[in-house]
Amino acid sequence: MSDFPLLSAVTFLPLVGALLLLLFTRPSERDETSSNNIRNTALFITLANFILSLVILGEFNPEISGFQLEEQAAWFEGYGISYHMGVDGISVYFILLTAFLMPICILSSWTSITKQVREYMIAFLLLESLVIGVFTSLDFMLFYFFFEASLIPMFLIIGVWGGENRVYAAFKFFLYTLAGSVLLLIALLYIYTQTGTTDIPVLMAKVPEMAPEIQNLLWLAFFASFAVKVPMWPFHTWLPDAHVQAPTAGSVILAGILLKLGAYGFLRFSLPMLPDASLYFQPLMYGLSVVAIVYTSLVALMQTDMKKLIAYSSIAHMGFVTIGIFAFNTAAIEGAIFQMISHGLVSGALFLCVGVLYDRMHTKEISRYGGLVEPMPVFARIFMFFTMASVGLPATSGFVGEFLVLLGVFQSNTWVALFATSGVVLGAAYMLWLYRRVVFGELVHKDLKEISDLNTREVILFVPLILLVILYGIYPAAILDGLHVSVNNLIDAMAAHVPTLR
Amino acid sequence: MIVQSIDITPIVPEIFITLSAMILLLLGAFRNSDKATEYIFNVSIIVFALTIWQIMSYSGGYGSVINGLVVLDNFAIFTKVIILASSAVVLVLASDYYKFSRTVKPIAEFPVLVMLATVGMMIMVSANDLMTLYVGLELQSLSLYVLAALHRDNEKASEAGLKYFILGALASGLLLYGISLIYGFTGQTGFTELSELYRSDIAGALPDGALVGMILLITGLCFKISAVPFHMWTPDTYQGVPKSVTVFFASAPKIAAVALFVRVLMQAYGGVVEQWQQVIIVISVITMYVGALGALKQTNIKRLMAYSSIGHMGFVLVGLAAGTQVGAQSVLVYMSIYATMSLGTFAAIMLMQRRGEHVEEISDLSGLAKERPVFAAVIAILMLSMAGIPPLAGFFGKLMVFSAAVDAGLLVLAILGVLSSVIAAFYYLKIIKIMYFDTADQPLDNEISSRLKIVLGISALFNLLYFVMPTPLLNAAKTAAGSLF
Repeated sequence: MSDFPLLSAVTFLPLVGALLLLLFTRPSERDETSSNNIRNTALFITLANFILSLVILGEFNPEISGFQLEEQAAWFEGYGISYHMGVDGISVYFILLTAFLMPICILSSWTSITKQVREYMIAFLLLESLVIGVFTSLDFMLFYFFFEASLIPMFLIIGVWGGENRVYAAFKFFLYTLAGSVLLLIALLYIYTQTGTTDIPVLMAKVPEMAPEIQNLLWLAFFASFAVKVPMWPFHTWLPDAHVQAPTAGSVILAGILLKLGAYGFLRFSLPMLPDASLYFQPLMYGLSVVAIVYTSLVALMQTDMKKLIAYSSIAHMGFVTIGIFAFNTAAIEGAIFQMISHGLVSGALFLCVGVLYDRMHTKEISRYGGLVEPMPVFARIFMFFTMASVGLPATSGFVGEFLVLLGVFQSNTWVALFATSGVVLGAAYMLWLYRRVVFGELVHKDLKEISDLNTREVILFVPLILLVILYGIYPAAILDGLHVSVNNLIDAMAAHVPTLR
Repeated sequence: MIVQSIDITPIVPEIFITLSAMILLLLGAFRNSDKATEYIFNVSIIVFALTIWQIMSYSGGYGSVINGLVVLDNFAIFTKVIILASSAVVLVLASDYYKFSRTVKPIAEFPVLVMLATVGMMIMVSANDLMTLYVGLELQSLSLYVLAALHRDNEKASEAGLKYFILGALASGLLLYGISLIYGFTGQTGFTELSELYRSDIAGALPDGALVGMILLITGLCFKISAVPFHMWTPDTYQGVPKSVTVFFASAPKIAAVALFVRVLMQAYGGVVEQWQQVIIVISVITMYVGALGALKQTNIKRLMAYSSIGHMGFVLVGLAAGTQVGAQSVLVYMSIYATMSLGTFAAIMLMQRRGEHVEEISDLSGLAKERPVFAAVIAILMLSMAGIPPLAGFFGKLMVFSAAVDAGLLVLAILGVLSSVIAAFYYLKIIKIMYFDTADQPLDNEISSRLKIVLGISALFNLLYFVMPTPLLNAAKTAAGSLF
């Protein structure tokens, strides 16, 4: 088993699936049989990929520091750029998260996507390949390659299958993130011309040796790309638009996985490669994150569109993540990673909840709902569960992440911890208020009386999410044990260059 | 009397094409039928193919003919192969374009002029002396002027041809004036002699006259590659002439002029990089931005591609501005990839017909993805490649030029460059948006020309799969660039 290129397999299996779907004939919109064939194939491939990712988790040894399951092949032979893959504790759970959310996305679009089903599934499989590639690559150029290429399928998903204003949202999404990543490219090229390689393990040793002023500039270039992707205030304006216009599954992937690429970039590149600069810019990160938490929470309170509300809540939750990453201690960084996994599950589920309502009523306006508890009791319970998880109720995964982050940040800076904690309160406010307005209250809109509760397919969607959220809430060690070595390794590497961190 | 035997092997390809062109010209003059025209097209494609084979199998090492006026080194071989291949593809495209067009009649002189222009380009890239440079450039330019105005009964084409001729003649005049100044102040016209004169270890500032001469030389060449502010002719000419001529303008002549530019600056003036670097940097920046911003408002796809090609020339100049061997290599890689993108895109534009009429508005593509998914997908691939988005080939071209710029310490230029590529991405995405997001207009014709489709398919596949094996092209360009230093 050890010789089998597991990481390449998990990265490119969806791509193979996408090519396979190309061989299918294009079904007309009413041709249910062939449309279902396509859906089933896509589901099968994503499930197979999920199993593959479980195998990777099984092969992964959390006791080993450094990268595992490494693969290396020639790519730009003689130019110091190679096809190098590997995982450590930080990346392995993101691969799992991606592979886990994908089948759910496919399943959630079963009935809501009827036009160009084949192309839709191809776009999703392509996206899965590219995103997993981001997490598996151990070469900076390869990383960038996947990182930027993932814009293309998402652009098409928003633009072709999105809502009213999809063109604007798709362009904003693409150009915003592209503008950030090209600066990353310049930094990458600078590092490449200075060191002659783009191999991440080598760079982790070489780049920290660069002069502090250079590090600061490189850090800012990294920041431009990752901060847009996270997104951090004030670079977040593309996200609400993209979320509102994207189809449900697109939102799930966007919130669940694409936002994590930015934070992953900070963890993989900014911290280990530019430790001095990371410390230097810690106040900036703290400041922007705190503003993000407080400001976007307040903005979320005032939203009238459910998806927009959850989008803003995502920005606030990602604020916790960036605070945690830049607190530079084990608890906070582990909390940040945990929070990302948890947010991927919870916000994904919340977008699915909105999708369930949208499929039935074709509106996301909060005021068009109310009193849903009567016609949709099962939905009300599930929605309640994920609302609580989003608020951070103990025994859900949301609690663990936020708690660890706050614990870690408190050691680093009490003021930041104080303001960040206010985000927890505000988070409870907007989520519970949303829940009250949608589910409780008088059932004033007559058409809601006819609304049907969840069907079996939709329940199946939510069950694995619920189980995982509870599992990670009660037994967080399931993830944290895998993180310890890698996170400590990261902090040790930073402390080797920045003695004050010890 | 001792007759020195002259080895003319290095210029046999040029002689071969010239003779073939003359024979075909006669044939066209005596046999004026559609069948003969088709025959001439096909024969000239074969001539190009044979010439490529001839050049690739050349193994004489560094060859120099006519007292060093013309050289054949790795650089010339590399660029000649690309130029010949582009010209051949242009003829393949044009032959089918004429065959399936109701409005434009094929003309036997078309392939002949393309061949003569190509000979001019081959002399340009082999030129080792300002005199040969001028001769090659003029042979190419005069053929192009005639090509632009070839369709005499077409008012727009005549206007475009005239415009191109007047501005082109002006640029040639400037170029010639620059050459005479250089000769007047240095007494030299050979690149080798000039580079001896301006060796980096002995050269101070250029004498004023020679400096002005060099600037005028750069001006003339900027006109040929349509760099801003000498780009005015490009959109009008691209739009005015038939698609078969536009595709030629956008490919081989650009490659030849860029290659010539690289050779003059890096070889003859390689020792005094700092004397021309700032000029190229400034031109490069404004070219990139005018290309990107000018394209935003275009509705005609040929005009759009004109601005797009201006933008691409800006990126090429980024590599040139580096003034290093890596820079020369990056320019060659960029131009090779540009040739494939450009030829592919124009093949797609030639396929844009509705009920037998050629259409060229961007809106004519609306909803294409529903009716013709494959056609839309290949156009999308080419557009994303032009925008420089990975995994497509265009990304690697940009990567190379910016890497060369960063390597040479031109960080600001590189940053300005990538930001302009974000602006440019907007209009490439706009085409994708029109094809994929908008609802269908009347469908485009499908039953046309397999040759166009084959070229389109090959270029899209190349751009899509280039990332799998990027090194052969990089290494070939490296060897080619190496012969300049």
